[in-house]
Amino acid sequence: MLKDITIGQHYPTGSIIHRLDPRTKIIGTFTFMAGLFLIQSFWGYLAVVALLSSVILISRIPVRYVLKGLRPLMILIMVTFFINLFMTRGEIIFGLGPLNITREGLHQGIFMAMRLVFLIVGTSLLTLTTSPITLTDGIEHLLNPLRKIGVPAHELAMMMTIALRFIPTLLEETDKIMKAQIARGADFESGNLMNRAKSLVPLLVPLFISSFRRADDLAMAMEARCYRGGENRTRLKALKWHAMDGVALVVIGSYFGIMILIRLSF
Amino acid sequence: MNHIYNPGSPFQTNALENINLEIETGEFIGLIGHTGSGKSTLVQHLNGLLKPTSGRIWVAGEEITSPGTKMKQIRKKVGLVFQYPEHQLFEETVYKDISFGPMNLGLTDTEVAYRVKEAMELVKLSYDDLKDRSPFDLSGGQRRRVAIAGVLAMKPEILILDEPTASLDPRGRDEILEQIKIFHQEFGLTIILVSHSMEDIGRLVNRIIVMDGGKIALTGKPGEVFARSSELEKMGLGVPQITTLMKKLNEKGYQLPEDLFTVQDARKAIMSWLRGNNHA
Amino acid sequence: MDNQHMINVEGLTFVYKGHDSDLLALDHIELTIKEGEHVVIIGHNGSGKSTLAKQLNALLLPTEGKVLIKGMDTKIEDNTWKIRQTAGMVFQNPDNQIVATIVEEDVAFGPENLGIEPLEIRKRVDESLLAVDMAEFAQKAPHLLSGGQKQRIAIAGVIAMKPDCIIFDEPTAMLDPSGRREVIKTMQKLNHEEGITIVHITHFMEEAVEAGRVVVMEDAKKVMEGTPREIFSRVSELKQLGLDVPQMTELAQELRNEGIDIPQDLLTVEEMVNNLCRLKSNN
Repeated sequence: MLKDITIGQHYPTGSIIHRLDPRTKIIGTFTFMAGLFLIQSFWGYLAVVALLSSVILISRIPVRYVLKGLRPLMILIMVTFFINLFMTRGEIIFGLGPLNITREGLHQGIFMAMRLVFLIVGTSLLTLTTSPITLTDGIEHLLNPLRKIGVPAHELAMMMTIALRFIPTLLEETDKIMKAQIARGADFESGNLMNRAKSLVPLLVPLFISSFRRADDLAMAMEARCYRGGENRTRLKALKWHAMDGVALVVIGSYFGIMILIRLSF
Repeated sequence: MNHIYNPGSPFQTNALENINLEIETGEFIGLIGHTGSGKSTLVQHLNGLLKPTSGRIWVAGEEITSPGTKMKQIRKKVGLVFQYPEHQLFEETVYKDISFGPMNLGLTDTEVAYRVKEAMELVKLSYDDLKDRSPFDLSGGQRRRVAIAGVLAMKPEILILDEPTASLDPRGRDEILEQIKIFHQEFGLTIILVSHSMEDIGRLVNRIIVMDGGKIALTGKPGEVFARSSELEKMGLGVPQITTLMKKLNEKGYQLPEDLFTVQDARKAIMSWLRGNNHA
Repeated sequence: MDNQHMINVEGLTFVYKGHDSDLLALDHIELTIKEGEHVVIIGHNGSGKSTLAKQLNALLLPTEGKVLIKGMDTKIEDNTWKIRQTAGMVFQNPDNQIVATIVEEDVAFGPENLGIEPLEIRKRVDESLLAVDMAEFAQKAPHLLSGGQKQRIAIAGVIAMKPDCIIFDEPTAMLDPSGRREVIKTMQKLNHEEGITIVHITHFMEEAVEAGRVVVMEDAKKVMEGTPREIFSRVSELKQLGLDVPQMTELAQELRNEGIDIPQDLLTVEEMVNNLCRLKSNN
């Protein structure tokens, strides 16, 4: 059923990593990604593996659960691998008709596929250890300085919160409307692409209408509760830096330093 | 012709368990139970929207759980009106929306036109005034009747309504219930009415099925079911005030029938009880 | 201005401006509600009762006449936020008034908007969740709760703003009987224990039985006003308006028609039992 889909795949264990300030984790993830793109040799990946495995270990999230996040992106990883495998010029080690596999291609293919794997694991660690709502808070705080140049930090965060709040509700509603139309003989499963697209109208129109009605209701309810934008608003849970955040930032900073060193020395 | 439904045990979590149920053609069934008791799950099995994990279901002599059953045929026979059915409306005009079901059945345009007209008359919506109006311009009660007409236009033999009066005011509620009574009495439809209102159920149906924890807890004529008020209360369900009154009087040591639930029946019973004493 | 008055509605008229025609939703309504009262407003869909509720929260403003909340005129823009904090509002659809993805975050939403200190918000959130018996759900996701529980969260969200009055706009219309009981119980508790003024809009007659005063609306006008007993004893008028009458009141009327000496303004099963027993033993 549609409502079984989980959004943001948060995996709470209460570990130190989970309790870090979301800002630390967001900055950390971006630094990690930047470092990843500095790497030019397999040696650099040793440092990456070391970092990721210690984070997974500390976070107490089962490795299998982390790797599960790779499954939906497997096709992308394979495509990356094969494109690099066949498209890189160099010393031919295997020929198959017009396709040639080169030593450099094999190297490049494995290298790029690994980079993608690390990228996905790194970012999914962010969502696995941070609840969507704290993540939103973190993004709002990090964007706050950009308000001066017109970035609507609070509004963006509020939009994300409301979206997260209503996704399950709308999925449930989709399920219900779908069933109601099937009961009236609608067919969502067979026919060609054109017919299938057409068959979605009885589902999408009611869904849009109900979303607008909900938006209208919600706007009124928010106004009734004195909502008037981000100005002068306080928060129940103010974000606070702890000593652990300092440590985490030092760790991630050193990781980035090592990346630069490796880049310069090899 | 019997409709025998028999989804067996066990289901996925919190669904149904060992349901054995037989509904006769032309019955008017009231299905009650608190939220999560499995009544919505049960009705969705009856037209094949959900499939039993084990067990079998027959509708009008045909086993709908056997592989290869044509689901469209089943849905033609069993009309299902969901809660807040007006939320499923999507067409520009009332006519087009009601014709959605019949069109899906592959009927000719003339047949569709005839059925739309007939369905609108059944729910007391003026065909000439409303057929070209947008359903979204109508009042809440009217929209709901358009949605019910959309199911009626498929000419089902069995009509299941999941809380058709939810959120309606007393006037809107009475109108819809009156129409459902007519579907049953004049058009011989087999009706399954899911409702929380004991008063409405008691007034209309021939037989009540009470669901609790995915099982059928009680079944019988309204009077028989209401007479077991302490069991109903344990399931978080109430009984009509009249039934409570009779029960409370009997607790004071009097002898009154406990299977009553309408004001008129209560008046008769109380009058003969009060007068009975005069003669004694 | 008598500060005992929570709500003063004077000659309130409101017209919805439509595309081609205007709709008169409220027609010269007069209404005074005192502090600590529990008032039920009953009427059909389209009778104007929900429009009236929105007027009391400054979500809509009068076309003519005025609305005063604790003496504050809703038409004066500077009063708007103070009014909304004083007279909180709970709406019909439990899903469409919950903003956050965690229960306690949602309850905090109002106080956060008022700019209250985090420590004080924490205190208010905990107290409000206790007041509606939902403390154990503080960390839950709202979409996993039942309808009655969602409404209680919405109520907690309003209480956390420390209002003097709460306006309930058909809070039970979309709930099952147990959800309805939960909400009504919470409402009565707030009225009795916290002294919060309650304005409850509904079309369920049985919910009006416990109120201090009942106002009946029809066609944009106030057509009846009085204690539940006074209102319900007017059985035929109510039936003409297409409104329900409690079964006991109706039975009492039927028995009176048969010549039985039983009070007309009887509301509950208990009263009926007592009266019948008295009659029986007098025989």
